[in-house]
Amino acid sequence: MECVFGLVGNGFAIVAADTSAVHSILLHKNNEDKIMVLDSHKLVAASGEPGDRVQFTEYVQKNVSLYKFRNGIPLTTAAAANFTRGELATALRKNPYSVNILMAGYDNESGASLYYIDYIATLHKVDKGAFGYGSYFSLSTMDRHYRSDMTVEEAIELVDQCILEIRSRLVVAPPNFVIKIVDKDGARDYAWRQTVQDVTTAAV
Amino acid sequence: MPMIGFGSNSEMLDGFSSVPSFDLPRTTDFDGFQKEAVQMVKPAKGTTTLAFIFKGGVMVAADSRASMGGYISSQSVKKIIEINPYMLGTMAGGAADCQFWHRNLGIKCRLHELANKRRISVSGASKLLANMLYSYRGMGLSVGTMIAGWDETGPGLYYVDNEGGRLKGDRFSVGSGSPYAYGVLDSGYKFDMSVEEASELARRSIYHATFRDGASGGVASVYHVGPKGWTKLSGDDVGELHYHYYPVAPATAEHEMVEAAE
Repeated sequence: MECVFGLVGNGFAIVAADTSAVHSILLHKNNEDKIMVLDSHKLVAASGEPGDRVQFTEYVQKNVSLYKFRNGIPLTTAAAANFTRGELATALRKNPYSVNILMAGYDNESGASLYYIDYIATLHKVDKGAFGYGSYFSLSTMDRHYRSDMTVEEAIELVDQCILEIRSRLVVAPPNFVIKIVDKDGARDYAWRQTVQDVTTAAV
Repeated sequence: MPMIGFGSNSEMLDGFSSVPSFDLPRTTDFDGFQKEAVQMVKPAKGTTTLAFIFKGGVMVAADSRASMGGYISSQSVKKIIEINPYMLGTMAGGAADCQFWHRNLGIKCRLHELANKRRISVSGASKLLANMLYSYRGMGLSVGTMIAGWDETGPGLYYVDNEGGRLKGDRFSVGSGSPYAYGVLDSGYKFDMSVEEASELARRSIYHATFRDGASGGVASVYHVGPKGWTKLSGDDVGELHYHYYPVAPATAEHEMVEAAE
């Protein structure tokens, strides 16, 4: 039910995720931020079991910080993605984490990149990727309209088209989405797309 | 020649992933199937607890029924646990698990105070609990709890469960009666409520949940957490609340029975 998708454009990468925290038929929360800022120029959009999602992404985040403190330079996106996949692979045959991850980052040498890491430790560098039931709708939409030299505005239009498709075709479509972007200026929030607003709307 | 159509199996489609669909019931006992389906989606923890943040702090409320299947084992269980004078925890799931881990959390909070010479935040306390529960993931603990408190940043409310999930929010309800409680809580909620209005909303939500959910009942307790700590506001029997909210009008007798004049 959790929808996560992302794509790489001209010098930037965008990821979008739904923001609902669901337990069986109950929606506990509709403004849960599932895209973690890993460091200044990396984003991790994660979907999966609630405990695993937070615990595993925080574990990766702290280890990435540790590398930076120990060595004085931050990890590249490729290195961080490979580290994440390695941790998932090591845990897989003992105590597996049920988390699917899209890692987006910007490096000065290699530009923007997006990595698809699934719960059984598959790793692929991709131009566009998606997880969850929403992927059935967003992947084909992205395949049809994606170009590698898209501007931010064109990419956001495509993301909004995917969100619209998910909202209109998925039976239990999540009402709200968050979109984050990473480029040479860093990783940051881009926008929230909300159809259902809580009384106190601050994101938590 | 194999025919390709909706729902039919053919060798050509083997190996391709099919469009996701819901399993259709293949059964002659549809009533039994429906009953099972309702039981499957209903939250398993037989209780109703709720908590919400409003202008005046945090309101926490719970019922007091303990059930073992269809048998009501107690109508007077304390489901709101006092972790320390400014933090409360609610109990849903296994009573022993909740009581033990809340007591354990209280110990850890006190140790934090002694080590750091300041009170632990609600965020920190809930993270301690979530990490403990995460390390026992898959081992059969049953805990669905909310940590409510007041710290330096103001009122705080976190939902923590046995899967290791931890959610920060303004309104939560946990237990088998929670969907019913949400219905009343969501429709009546405003941030700018007074303490009286908020406690009445909490009490009413618990009452309505106990009315519809068989696993909830007993006494509706309401607690308030303010800047100086928590206070218990009320504890009303839900049976009495029913007649308070929906009093029975005395029926006017049309014909009075008179003794036959003999």
